[in-house]
Amino acid sequence: MRNIKPAVLTGEHFMNGDYACAEGALACGCRFFAGYPITPATEISEKMSRRMPEVGGIFIQMEDEMASMNAILGASWAGVKSMTATSGPGFSLMMENFGLGIMMEVPCVLVNIQRGGPSTGLPTLVGQQDMMQARWGSHGDYEVIALTPSSPQEMFDFTIKAFNLSEKYRLPVLLMSDEIVGHMTEKIVIPKEKDIKIVNRKKPEKYTDKYLMYKADKDLVPPMANAGEGYKVITTGLTHDEKGYPAMNAEAQEKLIKRLCDKILKNKADIIETQERETEDAEIIVVAYGSPARSALSAVKLARKEGIKAGLLRLITVWPFPDEKILEVANKAKTIIVPEINRGQIVREVERCSHDKCHVISLPKLGDIHTPYEILKVIKEVNK
Amino acid sequence: MSMNEIHPMDKLIRADRMPHIWCSGCGLGTNFTCYLTAMEKSGLDLDKCVIVSGIGCTGRIPGYTNIDSFHTTHGRAIPFALGLKLANPELTVTVFSGDGDLFAIGGNHFIHAARRNVDINIICVNNFNYGMTGGQFGPTTPLDAITTTSPYGNYEHPFNLVDLAAASGAVYVARWTSIHVRRLTKSIQEALLKKGFTFIEIISPCPTNYGRRNKLGDGLDEMKYYREHSIIKHGINPKEADLSFNGEIVVGKFVDIDKPTFLDNQPDMSQMSVNNKK
Repeated sequence: MRNIKPAVLTGEHFMNGDYACAEGALACGCRFFAGYPITPATEISEKMSRRMPEVGGIFIQMEDEMASMNAILGASWAGVKSMTATSGPGFSLMMENFGLGIMMEVPCVLVNIQRGGPSTGLPTLVGQQDMMQARWGSHGDYEVIALTPSSPQEMFDFTIKAFNLSEKYRLPVLLMSDEIVGHMTEKIVIPKEKDIKIVNRKKPEKYTDKYLMYKADKDLVPPMANAGEGYKVITTGLTHDEKGYPAMNAEAQEKLIKRLCDKILKNKADIIETQERETEDAEIIVVAYGSPARSALSAVKLARKEGIKAGLLRLITVWPFPDEKILEVANKAKTIIVPEINRGQIVREVERCSHDKCHVISLPKLGDIHTPYEILKVIKEVNK
Repeated sequence: MSMNEIHPMDKLIRADRMPHIWCSGCGLGTNFTCYLTAMEKSGLDLDKCVIVSGIGCTGRIPGYTNIDSFHTTHGRAIPFALGLKLANPELTVTVFSGDGDLFAIGGNHFIHAARRNVDINIICVNNFNYGMTGGQFGPTTPLDAITTTSPYGNYEHPFNLVDLAAASGAVYVARWTSIHVRRLTKSIQEALLKKGFTFIEIISPCPTNYGRRNKLGDGLDEMKYYREHSIIKHGINPKEADLSFNGEIVVGKFVDIDKPTFLDNQPDMSQMSVNNKK
C-alpha cells in the first residue's frame, strides 16, 4: 500500500514557498481548500490536490475566484478550517466575498502570491501592488489582518499564524506573499505536531431560545456556532443586530461596523508583529516587508560594514498598520527608506505615522526585487 | 383567535421577524410554506438542515426560516452552499433563491455545481424579473415582456431553466407554479431526500412589478392564469418545456436519475498502492 503522508511532515525539507504554505495549512488543521488556477499561486492548489485526500480533507477546483472565496466561507461555517490561494486578478474577484467574510465574521485564510498588475500584468514576475487593495479592496469600512512572509519557512509559519488569528478574531486573514517568496526554494523545518500552537474559534454555550448569534464577549468577538450544531444560525451580509437579524438603520450600522473595526484595533498589541535589526542606534532605517526585506537586510549589513548607522524595521503584520512602532523609529532616525515592489503604497502609511519627525524616502521598483546594492546606494546618498 | 394561539408553522419560522417584506399577491409566502411543509414531512433532522440564499425577494427566505440560515451575496449562494455540504456531508443543504440571482450573476456557479453533482438542492423562484430592485428584465424574462429596463418590450431570449439544469447534469429537475401547492411540496420533499444536485423551478407571481406592467392583473389573477394554462407533462424532454410570454406553462418532473456525486467520486486512499506512485 502507498505510504500516505501524515498531516504534519515533521522534519527538514527543501521546499518552495507555495508548497510550504500548503503544508502550514495542513499542519494547523485546514481540511478544506477551494481555488482556481493562477500563476504564481497554482503550486498551492497542486499541493493541496495531492495532500488533501491523504489527510481526509476536501480539495475543490472552483469555476472562478468568487466561487472559491464563497466555498471557503461555507466550509468554515460547517466548522472546518478553510483556505484559498490566488494572485492579483483572482484577488480582485475575491474582494466581493472577502467583504462577506468580514460581515459574517468567518474565520478562514486568503493567500495572495502577488504578481505585477494592474489587470493581467506580469503573471510570472513579482509585485507588491495589492497592499492597498488588501486594506481597502472590498467596499465599505472595515479592518483587516494581513501578514507578509519573506521566506518559505515563514510561508509555513505565517500560514499557521494566519489561521490562528482568523479563528481568534473571526475574520478572513490575508497572507500577502509575493512571487519571489512563493517560488523560492529553501530549507524549511516543520516542528513536531505537539509543538505547533493552534487556536480554535470560541464556541457558544448550550443553545437556548435566548441565544444571540452576534453578541460579542469583552474581546469584541462573538463565540461562533457552526451549522448543524442546533444553534439555528442566522447570518447575513446585511447590517444586522446581535440576533443576526437584518437591521436597516443608522444605529445598527454604527454599532456593528464600530465593533468589527474595534475588535482588530483594540487588539493591535496582540496582533501586530515587527522585527528590528540594528535599529538601536540607527540614523537611517529601512522599513520593508515581503521579499524586499531580504535585500534590505543585506543592504543594512553592507552599510554597517562601511560604518553607516543603518537599521531594518521589517513589517510582519502590515495590516493593522504598526502606527506606534513607525512613530517610535521616526523619533530616533533621521531618514526612513521604504523599498517596495510597487509605486509606493506602504510608504504613504509610513509618512502618515512618522508625523514629520524624520525624512521618509520611497524606493519604488516594478517587476523585480531591489538588489541590496540599490538599497545600499540610497543609504549612502542619504548618509552624505 | 386567542393571542396565545400559534400557527402550525411557527416552530419552523422566525415568528419574531414577521411581518415579512413581501408584497401582497406575491407567490413567495405560498412557496415558502411548501418548502417548510416538505422539510417537516421529509423526516429529516431539522438541526442538520441548512438553507442558503443570495440576494433578492426570494433571498429573504432563509432569514425567516428557523433552521441554520445563510443570506449571502448576490449570485453566490451555490458555492457557499457547496462549501457547507462538502465540509460537513451530514448536512442537507438547500439553496432557495430567485431567477436573477441564480441564473444571471450566479449562472456560472449553477452550471458547475450541477456538472459536479454536488449533493445540494436548488429551489428557484422564477417571477420573470428583478422584483426587489423595482422590476427590471432578467435572464428569464420572456420576449416582448415590459419591464423598467425593457420599456419597448424585452428583446433578449430567455433561458429555459429546466433544460439548462438537465443539460448541466442535475439528477432531479422539476417545474411547478405557486398554485401547484400539493405537487410542489411533494417535489421539494423528493428533492430533499434525493442524493445529488436537484433543481426545482417555481413559476411565481410578482403582481407589483412584472404583473402590473404586463397587465396580468393582481396576484390572484396570475394564480388563475397558472391554473388555466399549466399542463403537466412528466418525463418529457425539458427542451420541450420552453416558456413564452403569456403562453402555456409546461410543468412536471422532467428528470429523476442517479449518478455518483462529487463526494462519491473522491479518491479512495485506502486503495492506493506503492506502485501507483510514479
